[in-house]
Amino acid sequence: MGQDKCTKCGPTTQVGHPEVPHHVTLPPRHDDLKEMLDSNKDSLKLEAMKRIVAMIARGKNASDLFPAVVKNVACKNIEVKKLVYVYLVRYAEEQQDLALLSISTFQRGLKDPNQLIRASALRVLSSIRVPIIVPIMMLAIKEAASDMSPYVRKTAAHAIPKLYSLDSDQKDQLIEVIEKLLADKTTLVAGSVVMAFEEVCPERIDLIHKNYRKLCNLLIDVEEWGQVVIINMLTRYARTQFLSPNQNESLLEENTEKAFYGSEEEDAKDAKAEAAVLAKCKPYVMDPDHRLLLRNTKPLLQSRNAAVVMAVAQLYFHLAPKAEVGVIAKALVRLLRSHSEVQYVVLQNVATMSIKRRGMFEPYLKSFYIRSTDPTQIKILKLEVLTNLANETNISTILREFQTYIRSMDKDFVAATIQAIGRCATNIGKVRDTCLNGLVQLLSNRDELVVAESVVVIKKLLQMQPAQHSEIIKHMAKLTDNIQVPMARASILWLIGEYCEHVPKIAPDVLRKMAKSFTNEEDIVKLQVINLAAKLYLTNSKQSKLLTQYVLNLAKYDQNYDIRDRARFIRQLIVPTEKSGALNKYAKKLFLAQKPAPILESSFKDRDHFQLGSLSHLLNAKAVGYQELPDWPDEAPDPSVRNVEVPEWTKCTSREKRKEKVEKPFYSDSEGESGPTESADSEPESGSEENGSSSSSGSSSSGTEEEEEEEEEDSGEQSEDKEEEEEVEKRPKRKDKEGSHKAVLGSAGSPSEEEEEEERAKKAKKKAPQGRKGRVETSSEASTSESSSSGSDSGSEAEAKQRKPPSSKASPKEISLLDLDDFTPSPVQPIPSSSIISTSLVTDLEGLTLTDSSLTPTLLSPAFSAVKTYELLHRMAGEGLAVEYCFSRRPFPGDPHMVAVQIQISNNTDTEVKNLRVNEPKPLSGMRIQEFPEIEHLAPGDTATVVMGIDFCDSTQAANFQLCTHTRQFYVSIQPPVGELMAPVFMSENEFKKEQGKLMGMSEITEKLTLPEKCQSDHTIVQQLTSAANVGRVPCGASNEYRFAAKTVTSGSLVLITLERREGSTAQLTINSEKMVIGTMLVKDIIQALAQ
Amino acid sequence: MCFQQKMIHSLFLINCSGDIFLEKHWKSVVSQSVCDYFFEAQEKAIDVENVPPVISTPHHYLISIYRDKIFFVSVIQTEVPPLFVIEFLHRVADTFQDYFGECSETAIKDNVVIVYELLEEMLDNGFPLATESNILKELIKPPTILRSVVNSITGSSNVGDTLPTGQLSNIPWRRAGVKYTNNEAYFDVIEEIDAIIDKSGSTVFAEIQGVIDSCIKLSGMPDLSLSFMNPRLLDDVSFHPCIRFKRWESERVLSFIPPDGNFRLISYRVSSQNLVAIPVYVKHMISFKENTSSGRFDVTIGPKQNMGKTVEGVVMTVHMPKAVLNMNLTATQGSYTFDPVTKVLTWDVGKITPQKLPNLKGMVNLQSGAPKPEENPSLNIQFKIQQLAISGLKVNRLDMYGEKYKPFKGVKYITKAGKFQVRT
Repeated sequence: MGQDKCTKCGPTTQVGHPEVPHHVTLPPRHDDLKEMLDSNKDSLKLEAMKRIVAMIARGKNASDLFPAVVKNVACKNIEVKKLVYVYLVRYAEEQQDLALLSISTFQRGLKDPNQLIRASALRVLSSIRVPIIVPIMMLAIKEAASDMSPYVRKTAAHAIPKLYSLDSDQKDQLIEVIEKLLADKTTLVAGSVVMAFEEVCPERIDLIHKNYRKLCNLLIDVEEWGQVVIINMLTRYARTQFLSPNQNESLLEENTEKAFYGSEEEDAKDAKAEAAVLAKCKPYVMDPDHRLLLRNTKPLLQSRNAAVVMAVAQLYFHLAPKAEVGVIAKALVRLLRSHSEVQYVVLQNVATMSIKRRGMFEPYLKSFYIRSTDPTQIKILKLEVLTNLANETNISTILREFQTYIRSMDKDFVAATIQAIGRCATNIGKVRDTCLNGLVQLLSNRDELVVAESVVVIKKLLQMQPAQHSEIIKHMAKLTDNIQVPMARASILWLIGEYCEHVPKIAPDVLRKMAKSFTNEEDIVKLQVINLAAKLYLTNSKQSKLLTQYVLNLAKYDQNYDIRDRARFIRQLIVPTEKSGALNKYAKKLFLAQKPAPILESSFKDRDHFQLGSLSHLLNAKAVGYQELPDWPDEAPDPSVRNVEVPEWTKCTSREKRKEKVEKPFYSDSEGESGPTESADSEPESGSEENGSSSSSGSSSSGTEEEEEEEEEDSGEQSEDKEEEEEVEKRPKRKDKEGSHKAVLGSAGSPSEEEEEEERAKKAKKKAPQGRKGRVETSSEASTSESSSSGSDSGSEAEAKQRKPPSSKASPKEISLLDLDDFTPSPVQPIPSSSIISTSLVTDLEGLTLTDSSLTPTLLSPAFSAVKTYELLHRMAGEGLAVEYCFSRRPFPGDPHMVAVQIQISNNTDTEVKNLRVNEPKPLSGMRIQEFPEIEHLAPGDTATVVMGIDFCDSTQAANFQLCTHTRQFYVSIQPPVGELMAPVFMSENEFKKEQGKLMGMSEITEKLTLPEKCQSDHTIVQQLTSAANVGRVPCGASNEYRFAAKTVTSGSLVLITLERREGSTAQLTINSEKMVIGTMLVKDIIQALAQ
Repeated sequence: MCFQQKMIHSLFLINCSGDIFLEKHWKSVVSQSVCDYFFEAQEKAIDVENVPPVISTPHHYLISIYRDKIFFVSVIQTEVPPLFVIEFLHRVADTFQDYFGECSETAIKDNVVIVYELLEEMLDNGFPLATESNILKELIKPPTILRSVVNSITGSSNVGDTLPTGQLSNIPWRRAGVKYTNNEAYFDVIEEIDAIIDKSGSTVFAEIQGVIDSCIKLSGMPDLSLSFMNPRLLDDVSFHPCIRFKRWESERVLSFIPPDGNFRLISYRVSSQNLVAIPVYVKHMISFKENTSSGRFDVTIGPKQNMGKTVEGVVMTVHMPKAVLNMNLTATQGSYTFDPVTKVLTWDVGKITPQKLPNLKGMVNLQSGAPKPEENPSLNIQFKIQQLAISGLKVNRLDMYGEKYKPFKGVKYITKAGKFQVRT
C-alpha cells in the first residue's frame, strides 16, 4: 500500500496541472475532494468517492480528479474500491498514462485466491479500454479461461468482446479462447461465451458442432439472458445444418401454398430441394439434433422473460415443421398482458407471423380486440393483426368490432380502421359490398378526417369493379362541395376522371366547379384537376374543351413548377397542333388505359425475411451487425460433425439395444467407418434417447477413470435406461450432470488441459467399439476386460493407464491432480424416471455449498463419487439371472426416509423371464421396503434397471426379501454400507461450527490416521471420502482441513466429518454425530477408504 | 479498429420535463446529444405512451421504456433483440422499485451511488450479469433509514462485506444461509378480470389473468411443493425460473426452492373457453344534445352474483370527449371528480351494497358551438373482491421438504378488475 502511494504521488502532480486549463472554472470543492481522497480515513474517502460518482452520474466532468482517485485503487475498503473501479472504467480511456498506474493492482488481483476478486479484477482490467494493455488483457483472459472457478471463466468470456473491440487483430487468439470456453460445461459460462462468439466470430459455425448437443441440453438452466443469445445463435446454426422440415409437405399439397418461410426465391430453392429429395426417393426425416433443439427450447415458452419467449417463438417460426409452430401462439398472446413496450414489439412480430400463419392466432382473435385505453401505436398494430386474421368465417365478428372502433375519439386510429376495412374488403370478396356500403355511410360522417380516409379507401375499392358503382361515384362527386381534405378531394377527382364514362353528366360539372376554385386548391388537388380536365377533353371534348383550356391556362401560371410542367406536358399531348407528333393519337390510350387495381396489403408482408424478434425486423431495415438468417441447405451437411466421441461401453450397450430397435435405415447412415454414431441411426422421435446417450457421453468420460469395472455396468445400465424411457425428463437429469460438472469444474486444476486430454483420450478409445461389435452378447464382465484391452489396442496405452481409476481396486501408480481432472465430470448415474422429480431437489442443492471462494476444490456433489455396485444375485445362483445393485445416492421419490437402491437385472438365459417382482419382504422391525414395480417381461440378453426404496432405520442391518420370477424365487438381501445411510446436507462454515459445538463429548469420535502417499492431494482425499460416504462438502477456511456434512436418511441426525491434516502424512479424523454407532462405523469405513 | 459492439451501450434516465438526470455508460461515452432524437420522437408522439420504444438514429438505435414517469433510454449500436433490452430495462426499474420502495426521480437521485453500483453489477460490457434481486441484495445492501444513520456515524457502507455466493450456485435466485426466527410462507392468489362489455351489456371478451405472488421467509434451503385442487384450470402458465418445469408437466404440482423474500411465482391465464363470471354490471345512459350544448349522464353500478362476497374498491374512470367543458353530477354514493383539463371523470364508489345501488347522474356541459361528440366514452371500472379467486382456483396444500421446522403458511385470494371496459 505504502509503496503504491509513493509511486503514484509523482504523476499526480505532473499530470494534474496540464488538466487545469481545460477546467479553469473548476469549483473549489474539487480541492476538498482531493483532500478527502488523500486522507487516511476510509469514511472520508468513501464520502469523496460518492460525491464523485454522483457527478459522473449527472454527466459532469470529474476527469481532473483522476490522479487523486487512481491512488485509491488499492484501498482495502471494498466500497471505496468499487467506486474507484466505477471511476476508472469511466475515465481510463481519456487518461491512459495515468490509468496504467492501476494495472499492477489488477494484475495482483488476478492472482487472488478469492474467485470474486479475480473476477472483478479481470472485469475492470478489460473494461478500461487502454490499447497499451492489450497483451496484458490477452494474457489475463487466457489465464482466466482456464480458471477453476466458473464465475471467473464467465468473466473471461465477457472480457473477450471487450478486447476484440479494442484490438481486432487479436481475433485469432480470441477464437482459441472462445473455442476452449465453448467446451465448458457449466451453465454459468454458456450464455456468456456464446455472446462472445456472436460478437467475435459468428461466421465460425464449425466451432458449434461439437458443442451443439451440450448447448441444447444445458439451455434450460442457463440464465435468462444467456438463453436468448444461445437460442438466436442456434436458430442460425440450425438453418445451415438441417433440412427444411416443410419440404415434404409442400410437395404433397398440390396447390403449393406458399411455403411458410421466406420469399419466393426461397420457395424456388425449396422446390429445388424437393426435386433433389424426389430424385433420391428419400422421405424427409428430421435430424434428431433438429428435433432435440425444438424439444429443448419448448419449455422456455413458459419463461417469465418476454425476450426468452420471443426467442423461442422465432426459433419455432423459422425452424419447426408447419404443424408444430402453433404452440408459440399461446405464449405470444400471453405477452400481450405485459408492459406496453413489450406489447409493441410482440405485436409487430405477431403481425408478421399472422400473414404466413393465420390459423395459428385465429383462436386468440379476441385477445387482439382493442380497448379505448390502449396507446394509439398499440391499437394500430392490433388492428393490423385483426385484419390479417380476417377470413370468411370470422369477418362478420371483426367488422362488428371495427364498427365500434370507427366511433373512437382517437382519429388516427379511426383512419387506420377505415384502411383496415378496405383491406378486408379487398381480401374477402364476400363482404366487399357490405364494406363498401359501410364506407359510403361514413362519407356522411361529421369528422372530415374520417370522410377523407373513407374516400381514399373507397377509391381503391371502386377500382376493382367500377361499372357497378356509378351511384357511389355520383355520391362522391357531390362531396367535392364540402370536403376539404386535399387527399380526399384528389381521390374523388381522380375517380371521376377515371370513370367519367360512367358519370357523363356530372363529370363536366365537377370540372366546372373545380376550375372555379382552382387557384385555392392544394397542389395535389390541382394536379388531379388537370388530369380530370385532360381525361374529359379526350372523352367529351365538346362540353369540356373550354374548361380544359381555362384550367391549363391557370396552371400555366401557377407558382408550383410541377403544376406548370404538367400543364405544358398535357397541353402538348392532348391538344392537336401541327407540332405535336404521333403521340397525340395515342393520348386517349395513355390517359385512359385500364389500370390495375391497387392491392391493399399489409406493411408486414414479407418482413419475415428478417429473423423475427430482431431489431432489423422491427425497423424493417437491416441494422448494423445483423446476421442474415441463412436459407435451408439443399442437402444436409454431414450430421456426424456434431458427434462427440462416446466412450466404448456406452456405445456397446446402447448398440445392443439399438439393433432391435432400429427398423429402417436413415439418411445419415452412410457415414463410413466412424460407425453408427449417435445421430446416425436413431429414429426421429428417438431424439431424447439420442440426446440421452450423447449427453451421457460427455459426462461418462469421467466414469472410466474412477472404477472402470463397475462403471462399465453402470453406464451400460444408464444408457439403456435412457433408451427405454424415452420420455425421461430432461431437466432434472441434466441438472444432475450440471451439478456434477460444476462440482468438478470447481475443483479442476485447469479445465483447458483437461479438455484437450479428454479429447485425446476419446480419440484413442474411439476404435474400441468396433472391435467389440460382434461380441456384444458377452456378459458384462467379459466386456469389461474387453474394453480395457481394446483401449490399449488402440495404441495409447500410456493414456489408458493414466486413466485407470485411482479409487478402484486396480490401484493406480501415478496420480497427479491433472489426471484426475481429465475426467472430472462424474458419471451420470442411472436415474429411473420416477425418481427424477425428487432428485432435482438434491441436484439443485448441490450447487449451494460454495460459500467462501478461498477453498478451491469447492463443492462436491454426491454424484461426484463413484458408485459401487454390489451383487445381489450371482449369475450362477440365479440360473442365468444376474442381479446387481448400487446406491444411486438420490432421494427416493415419495419417501425421503428411504434409501434409493438401484437394481439392475440382466437376463442371461435364453428364455424370457416374466413377472419379475419383489415378494414377501421380511424387514426387521421398523424397516420398510418399497418394492419396485413388477417387470413383466425381460427378453433374453436384456437388462432392466429399477429402483426400490428401503428404509434401513439408520442401521446397517440387511434388508431381506424374495426376488420372484414366473418360475423361481430367490432369497436375497441388501446390506447397506454405513456411508449410504445418509444424504449430504449443505451448510456454511459457521453453521457447521455451530452444529459441531452441539455435538461434543459422547457424540464425538476422533481417530488418528496416516495418509498413504497416493492419498495426499486434496482431490484424492475428498474423492475417497465421498466415495466412502454420501456426504456433502462444507466450505472451510483452513487449507489443511476438510469438512463434510450429512444427515442420516431415516432420522435426519447430523453427521459431521472433519479431517485435519497434520505434519507429514498424519491426519486426524473427527466425526460428530449423535448416532454413535454410525459414527464409529463410519470412522472405520473412511479410514479404510483413505488407506486404499 | 473494429467497433462491433453489442447490447446495451449507455443508459439515460429522463424525466417528464426532458431533463437527463442520470447517465451511465458501459462502453465508451456517448454524448447526451443522442437523446435529441428521442426528444424529437417524443414531441411527435404528443402522448408519452405513444413514443415508439425503438427509434433509429443515424449512428445508434434508441430503445426506451416509460415507467413511473421516467423514460429509460438505452443506446444500442448494433442488432440486438429489442425485447431483450426492453425486458432488461424493466428489470432495472423493478430493481429500483425493490430497493427504494418506489422508482421515482427523487428516489434515484437520493440514492445515486447505490443506483450506480446496481447498474454496474447488472450489466457488464452491455450484457446482463446479475439481475436476480437476491444476488444483488447480497452485493449491495438496500438502503434503510437505520442503516443510513449507522453508516453516517461509522462510515461503513452499503456494499456487502461478505462476497456473494449465489452467483456460484446452481440456484442463482437464492442465497445460502438464510435465517429467520419466524418461518413464514405467504401466497397471494391474485386474479384480474380483463373484459370488454358492449353497449347492450353482453360480454365481447373476457378472460382471467392470474398471478401468485409469494412472500417467503424460510430459513435454510426449503424445497416447497404447492398443489392445487383444480390445476387444470390453468391454461397458460409462465414460471419463475425456480419452478421445476417437468414436475408441473407431469403432476401439475409447483415444486421449487423459493427465492428469499417477495417474488412472483407464476402468472397464468384461465382458458377463455371457460365462462368468466362478470361480478358487476353497469347501467348507463349517456347522451349529448346537439343544440343545447349539454348532455345527460346517468350511470348505475350493481353487483351480479358473487358467491356471497362484497364488491369493494369500486372506481370508475371515464375519458370524456374533448368537447365536454364541465359536469354537474350527483352521486348517491362515493365522490366524483372531473378534471376539465384532461377530461377525466373519476368516481370513487367504494363498496357496493345490493340494497342501494350506487348511481351517478347529472348534466354535462359542452362547449357551445362545437359539434356534439360522436362517440360515447368507454367506462373503465376497477373493483376488488377479497377472499375470492373468480376462476375457482384453490390451493390444496403446501409441503416443505429439506428443512425440519414447521413454517407458518398462508394463502390469500383476491379478485380484481384488470382491463375492464364497458363500451357505451
